[in-house]
Amino acid sequence: MASIQEIQNSIIEDFSFLPEWDERYAYLIELGQKMDPLPEAYRSEANIVRGCQSTVWLHRECQEDKVYFKADSDSLIVKGLAALLMQVFSGQPAEQVLKADLTFFEETGLNKHLSSQRTNGLIAMIEEIQSFAAKCKNGEV
Amino acid sequence: MAINIEKIREDFPILSRSVNGKPLTYLDNAATTQKPQTVIDAIVDYYTNYNSNIHRGTHHLSNLATEAHEAARNTIKDYINARHDREIIFTRGTTEAINLVASSFGQAFIKPGDEVIVTELEHHSNFVPWQMICERQGAHFRVVPFDENGDLQLDVLEKLLSDRTRILAFNHVSNSLGTVNPAKEIIKMAHDAGAAVLVDAAQSVQHIEHDVQDLDADFYAFSGHKIYGPTGIGVLYGKEKWLDAMPPYQGGGEMIDQVSVEKTTYNKIPFKFEAGTPNIVGPIGLAAAIDYINNFNFDELIAHEDDVLQYGFEKLGEIDGLKIYSQAKRHTSIIAFNVEGIHHYDLGTLLDTQGVAVRTGHHCTQPIMTALGVEGTVRASLALYNTKADIDSLVAAIRKALKMLGK
Repeated sequence: MASIQEIQNSIIEDFSFLPEWDERYAYLIELGQKMDPLPEAYRSEANIVRGCQSTVWLHRECQEDKVYFKADSDSLIVKGLAALLMQVFSGQPAEQVLKADLTFFEETGLNKHLSSQRTNGLIAMIEEIQSFAAKCKNGEV
Repeated sequence: MAINIEKIREDFPILSRSVNGKPLTYLDNAATTQKPQTVIDAIVDYYTNYNSNIHRGTHHLSNLATEAHEAARNTIKDYINARHDREIIFTRGTTEAINLVASSFGQAFIKPGDEVIVTELEHHSNFVPWQMICERQGAHFRVVPFDENGDLQLDVLEKLLSDRTRILAFNHVSNSLGTVNPAKEIIKMAHDAGAAVLVDAAQSVQHIEHDVQDLDADFYAFSGHKIYGPTGIGVLYGKEKWLDAMPPYQGGGEMIDQVSVEKTTYNKIPFKFEAGTPNIVGPIGLAAAIDYINNFNFDELIAHEDDVLQYGFEKLGEIDGLKIYSQAKRHTSIIAFNVEGIHHYDLGTLLDTQGVAVRTGHHCTQPIMTALGVEGTVRASLALYNTKADIDSLVAAIRKALKMLGK
């Protein structure tokens, strides 16, 4: 499996082919639409990560020191962002997730453009992913 | 001066900038309005030429600053037709003005078992402070619901009003739906029951009638930044008889008469409620904004806004699956909507990439969202500088966004 940094680099490259912002959003929306549907059982209250404006469901698994995630959102754009996070983090060693330097948001300009990333739940999602990775690494889950 | 919208737009420098490479279409005026150059100039002039602390200074600059600050109080008094300058209290905004009344009026007049009434149409700022004071004083918190059109159910209000009702707090215009509540009628109902009334005028003072004596409001609160003035300055109007009878809200400088170890006596109104060095420049900027509005015939401004609003209802109504939430009897400046199957955040984000600024979410009115059965809405809100061309840009941007979202 490619490393977190390699995956981030390939995302950055994908976005570099899309100079216009509406193309980038169209791409995010497409990523969201293509994501595997989240099994109904995982759309539970416990899996909800609340943003101010959208709801995200994040299913977490820890197997042999690796973390696995599945996600969904009622917003297609947020779902697209979640899809990127799944690509980067799901299936990675928990230790690598904890050490990861999340460069692709800055490199793609997503951080500046999604000015309300605190409100769309993205930050909360990343925090959840990393705190779960810490628990996985420490054998707490 | 007759209305010349192109000329008006030139008075607001920010309107000529672009956003995301597209010309700005600013339709988030219920959140905050843009500022005319005269307001920006008044603020720069203050800091450039006569910045100084006020009221106690013995020097020239302090006198200039005090005069300008107090002249602003007079301009604001005239705009809302208060009886006296001393009935105008400067606050940080509408929220602080309401908290001041809830706290000070509540301490003096709300006793255990008394009742406070608000409405389901309120912004959280005119909801939560009353819940808090009811909890503190052991009073009951009552809420008037709205009907399916977005109008308040006045028959319910009639039943809720009693000799235990101490105060009724409601907004003249709903920030979430744009409903214009029949304020005069509501205030009379409350007064007949012996209750005082606070009007949240944050969304009305810039758009519709705003004569506090004609309304007969006991308290009337608004924010400077929603009426083309700066942020951080708000106004609380209160009838003198109430303000005199209420204890201070905060202690500190400016609000005192004499201080000693044994006892402190308080200053007269309005200063009793203005502890500490105030926002000196805020009222000066706000007065410049009111002077700007006073350049025009207010009725013509309103007619223009209403014209654009009606055009907005008509054009948005033509979009398949678009639902407009407010159908109230009287309406101003705000269009709240959703498109079937589309998340409001997605729509708002895709409008932003096209240079169209709207607000999405619950607009600090979760009880309204609960009643509508939605998580949030998209809200387009108008100001005097908006045009039918802005509506056309909004509609075109929505159509493009829907296409991107697969509709």
